[in-house]
Amino acid sequence: MKFSGYRRPDGQVGTRNYIGVISTVVCANEVARGIADRVGGSVAFSHQQGCCQTPPDLNRVTQTLCGLGCNPNLASVLLVGLGCEGTEMPEVKQAIIDSGKKVETLMIQEEGGAAKTIAKGVLLAQEMAREASEMRTCECGSKDLVLGLKCGSSDTTSGLASNPALGVTVERLVDEDASVVMGEVTEFIGAEHIMAGHAKDEATGQKILDLVKRMEDRAKAVGVDMRGGQPTPGNIKGGLTTIEEKSLGAIAKAGNAEVQEVYEYGEKPGVKGLVVMDSPGREPELLTGLAAAGCNVITFTTGRGAPQGFPFVPVIKITGNEKTWNHLRDHMDLSVHEIMDGGESLVQAGDRIYDSIETVASGTKTKAEISGYVQAMDIYVTGPVI
Amino acid sequence: MKRHALVIKEQDNVATAIKDLSAGKEAVVGIGENTISILLTQDIALGHKFAVKEIAKGDDILKYNCVIGRATRDIKIGEHAHVQNLESLRGRGDL
Repeated sequence: MKFSGYRRPDGQVGTRNYIGVISTVVCANEVARGIADRVGGSVAFSHQQGCCQTPPDLNRVTQTLCGLGCNPNLASVLLVGLGCEGTEMPEVKQAIIDSGKKVETLMIQEEGGAAKTIAKGVLLAQEMAREASEMRTCECGSKDLVLGLKCGSSDTTSGLASNPALGVTVERLVDEDASVVMGEVTEFIGAEHIMAGHAKDEATGQKILDLVKRMEDRAKAVGVDMRGGQPTPGNIKGGLTTIEEKSLGAIAKAGNAEVQEVYEYGEKPGVKGLVVMDSPGREPELLTGLAAAGCNVITFTTGRGAPQGFPFVPVIKITGNEKTWNHLRDHMDLSVHEIMDGGESLVQAGDRIYDSIETVASGTKTKAEISGYVQAMDIYVTGPVI
Repeated sequence: MKRHALVIKEQDNVATAIKDLSAGKEAVVGIGENTISILLTQDIALGHKFAVKEIAKGDDILKYNCVIGRATRDIKIGEHAHVQNLESLRGRGDL
């Protein structure tokens, strides 16, 4: 794979060159958006966290913001806080400085309210946007790609067409030394032994099993056996018989690639190849986790048609459902439905997905980027709001 | 030839219908680049599975060359494989 990317001071490669206006707490979201709306080339990242939470959650939110700020798709970063939040803005600022990127900070309470903060932020972001526009791309390769995997709004076509085709792509990419991050630990349940079997060694396999057990225990801790309703009556009506079958369809998106390591939510992989990251399956939290881990492109396989993208990482929508392809064309980037009736082989479809990743990495816009369906993001928390 | 159903891995003993299929008709089943023909003994709805090999009670049901459950009775070639003759081995307190 060859693509045109932006090489950052820390060696990571961006497939985009945005100014990130990142809110460090829910109370600063309006101001972050107010700034980004007024500066071309900038994007806002907002979320619902950052205050009145337990220390493990506050720490995870801070670490996630560090990861987002260091994502190579951002040329520079403007952090916006309120001034009394629980997240550690100095720590986030330092992490971005350490990555070699420019970062500015604004506190609404110090600046004298939203209007003044937006005015100051607009001027700061304008200068950052001008500097970013002077940056040039260079030729990059598979080893510079950090691909995130997501599947959602799945149906029977997901396990038959889109996920196995993506699995072919993933096997090819890891052979070429790319990094691939897979989350959605919830959808390992019933197939975790397969994922553990794909691990590079027994210890890594055990980490996968432990992660799945931890996810399951979290659900049980609120008094619910989440497997009680799996597969759902709708799944059964659609032909999915057991939880094993449902999860096997979901994990097919990593093919038979070997799992090299297991990471916490939003943690940046320290190795090449396929890695597993702790995360739930829901879009806002998983997409954010993948971006925080440094993913510069995300593939999103879907059956019924999920529209969400991410503010500064291109999200390629791939469906195996012909009806969804025809009906939701303004959200779907690629269809592999011809696999279903033999019109295309898995390898051919996997190669098309590979080509799509290559062109999107070079700047071709995804439907989610064009439609701007990228705002409803959040950060994964496991404790109560207090 | 137009395919009616797919076998994901050649080791699998079930195929998944990619169209609504009728009893008494021959289904064209894709296995990789090849196809086989299976006479269906029951109607099979889109997304549902049927046996492509003789399956005995207690046998593992294989899809993706992985165990997705166990046969609770014999399943003949062309017969619908679903909750009435196939059970999960996971997430059960009674096993």
